[in-house]
Amino acid sequence: MSSQPTAAGLPDADLFGSDHFALFGLPRSFVLDERALESRYHELQSAVHPDRHAYRAEQDKRLSMQWATRVNEAYRLLRAPLTRARYLLELLGVDVGAENNTAMPADFLMQQMEWREALDEARGARDAAALDALERALRQARRDAEALLVQQLDTEPDTGAAAATVRRMMFIARLGEDIAEAHEILEN
Amino acid sequence: MALLQIAEPGESTAPHQHRLAVGIDLGTTNSLVATVRNSVPVVLNDDKGRALLPSVVRYLPDGSIVVGHAAQAAQSLDPRNTIASVKRFMGRGMADVAHVESMPYVFEDAPGMLRLRTVQGWKSPVEVSADVLRVLRERAEESLGGELAGAVITVPAYFDDAQRQATKDAARLAGLEVLRLLNEPTAAAIAYGLDNASEGIYAVYDLGGGTFDISILKLSRGVFEVLATSGDAALGGDDFDHRVYCWLIETSRISPPGLEDMRALYMEARRAKEVLSSADEVHIGLKLSGGDEIDVRLTRDAFAAMTGKLVDKTLVPTRKALRDAGLDASDVKGVVMVGGATRMPHVQHAVGEFFGQEPLNNLDPDKVVAIGAAVQANVLAGNRSADEDWLLLDVIPLSLGLETMGGLVEKIIPRNSTIPTSRAQEFTTFKDGQTAMAIHVLQGERERVSDCRSLARFELRGIPPMVAGAARIRVSFQVDADGLLNVSARETGTGVEARIEVKPSYGLGDDEVARMLRDGFEHVQEDIAARALAEQRVDATRLVEATQSALAADGDLLDAGERTAVDKALVAVVAAAAGDDVTAVRRAVEALSVVTDEFAARRMNRSIQRALAGRRIESL
Repeated sequence: MSSQPTAAGLPDADLFGSDHFALFGLPRSFVLDERALESRYHELQSAVHPDRHAYRAEQDKRLSMQWATRVNEAYRLLRAPLTRARYLLELLGVDVGAENNTAMPADFLMQQMEWREALDEARGARDAAALDALERALRQARRDAEALLVQQLDTEPDTGAAAATVRRMMFIARLGEDIAEAHEILEN
Repeated sequence: MALLQIAEPGESTAPHQHRLAVGIDLGTTNSLVATVRNSVPVVLNDDKGRALLPSVVRYLPDGSIVVGHAAQAAQSLDPRNTIASVKRFMGRGMADVAHVESMPYVFEDAPGMLRLRTVQGWKSPVEVSADVLRVLRERAEESLGGELAGAVITVPAYFDDAQRQATKDAARLAGLEVLRLLNEPTAAAIAYGLDNASEGIYAVYDLGGGTFDISILKLSRGVFEVLATSGDAALGGDDFDHRVYCWLIETSRISPPGLEDMRALYMEARRAKEVLSSADEVHIGLKLSGGDEIDVRLTRDAFAAMTGKLVDKTLVPTRKALRDAGLDASDVKGVVMVGGATRMPHVQHAVGEFFGQEPLNNLDPDKVVAIGAAVQANVLAGNRSADEDWLLLDVIPLSLGLETMGGLVEKIIPRNSTIPTSRAQEFTTFKDGQTAMAIHVLQGERERVSDCRSLARFELRGIPPMVAGAARIRVSFQVDADGLLNVSARETGTGVEARIEVKPSYGLGDDEVARMLRDGFEHVQEDIAARALAEQRVDATRLVEATQSALAADGDLLDAGERTAVDKALVAVVAAAAGDDVTAVRRAVEALSVVTDEFAARRMNRSIQRALAGRRIESL
């Protein structure tokens, strides 16, 4: 990677090409100090954000936008457990293969179908309370999956198992989006 | 000594020189300009001591242009050439604007943005806005005694790319260097937050003359982080006037008014609305040119009842913003009220009830946006002092995406992404030897292309001919700190690079009537059905094409009777796909699959035999 010229006030160019964890000065693990992430994010943006470089030359402005974009993207990926886990696996050379590898354990598929049916029913009956209940169930499932990932990524690393957990979380996330959409229809 | 001074490239050699920078609130009803003077933000008044400049422009036959109070006074005198609330037309086509029929203007629908006919010819909303901005620029330069280095112009947070681009163009046309387009609620939060040194989650409820915005922000140690924003780019105080206007016509049983009377009625409606913010009742007395007389009383309760639906309408985006931020109303520590329309008591009441707390009104709702913009302009111009060390992290209000198969939109950057941001997605070619790919950029939350705003179309040419699916087209979206989008596309599969960049702007290739998505989520269910139909159609087309090419290659495997059955089923699929019945398409596709099952099996056998035969020859 070619190194970026450093403009006034921007961090060292080498940091630009580093991985997201290194960018924020955090250890490469699933368990994350959210406060440290946020405060480091604010620190970095304070240095690189286009608002801090608005009165400088065009070249500096471009670099600043590139930096701020990079920092925003890294923050987005690390902040959410699902994208953080995917990114960690990617660093380990494991492709979660969401599109191609959809083989899921039978019990999880059963659970999925139950949730989907509950969503259809709540949608049909315009039942906001049922949607809330479903949302709670999903939140619990998400927490369980995250607890599992602590083990599979940090304490007893097993990338295969972690990839499977991540795929499950992706199903849960998609269902969560559909619930939010159903809520919006009810409110209109 | 100056020669010995060392400066970074682009940095001024005189770092302590104060650059003149202003914040401009370009409002639907009124506009303001503010600046930071001796570290204190102040709104700049005109020579008569007035801060608000009515956003009204009158074009006179002698070529002169009158802006502000004088133009406002001439509204009912010369309605056609006196343009008010032009912000509602920025980056908009005729189909996007509500109540066109009750406006006294002559419109023309130009590509991407409508135009208005005046005695000085056709005027684009960009030109009219530029005339307002020019007056503010002159006011500032006179008041500050020098040329401006730049300005921050505020826009409703819910403005889309076309509306933002139009605003930036208007500022440039007015001779202003745009330091940044700043979202109005965010500007208000800056003015409010810096004043109160607040921490925690805040909501900014901004009901202006023509637009509604709601933003949820997190304030922590000098960082203003917008978590989510939502709104309605066509809902504001003007709609309350319109309700009163309609009520006046209904209750007084007068014939449809002419242009001048219409304007006069609107002005009375607005006056009544404003009076009712402090009085319980207002008298409306008016003699119209046709001889009709209006003499009615309107109570605050009746006014609240007839406009209650408009207030409710603001709570829909409010809920959406909270949900996008992952928060409940009870997580909000304070609600900042912005915009003149929030003076209406029933608006205050509804917001207070929704959030379970009294809204904050300690800053003038008319001035708070301009003040925030001035503070930001001061920072951007490099005049910042150590105690102004704060940072603003804003988001895009609407998702950005690309058209894919079947007229559907694939989201590339979801709404509420922190800017600046970029995202890329890979696509491939669908046909063998395809050397060009059409790229259609859209903004909005709906699933169908026709329901989102078309921002730009362009073609990536010079793709080396390859089999279908081999090319790798990488389309990149970059949103800058103004919330404006740049798109580029590149073919990466062969190492041969073709590259094109577009700067989408209103009107560019926008050849279909792009409907605004202000009621986006009312149509989610309809979208799901439309998506199902579009997907079924794609399936149907694929199956028909596959069957036809199989028949061409191995048609001899079928006897005449079998062939007739397949042909019939093919015709049925084509016919069903032309209709709107998703079940009919699915049934026809299934029927075709059934009659071609045996054919497929025979083809498989034949190809296996051929393969085996080939191997035998090789092994001989």
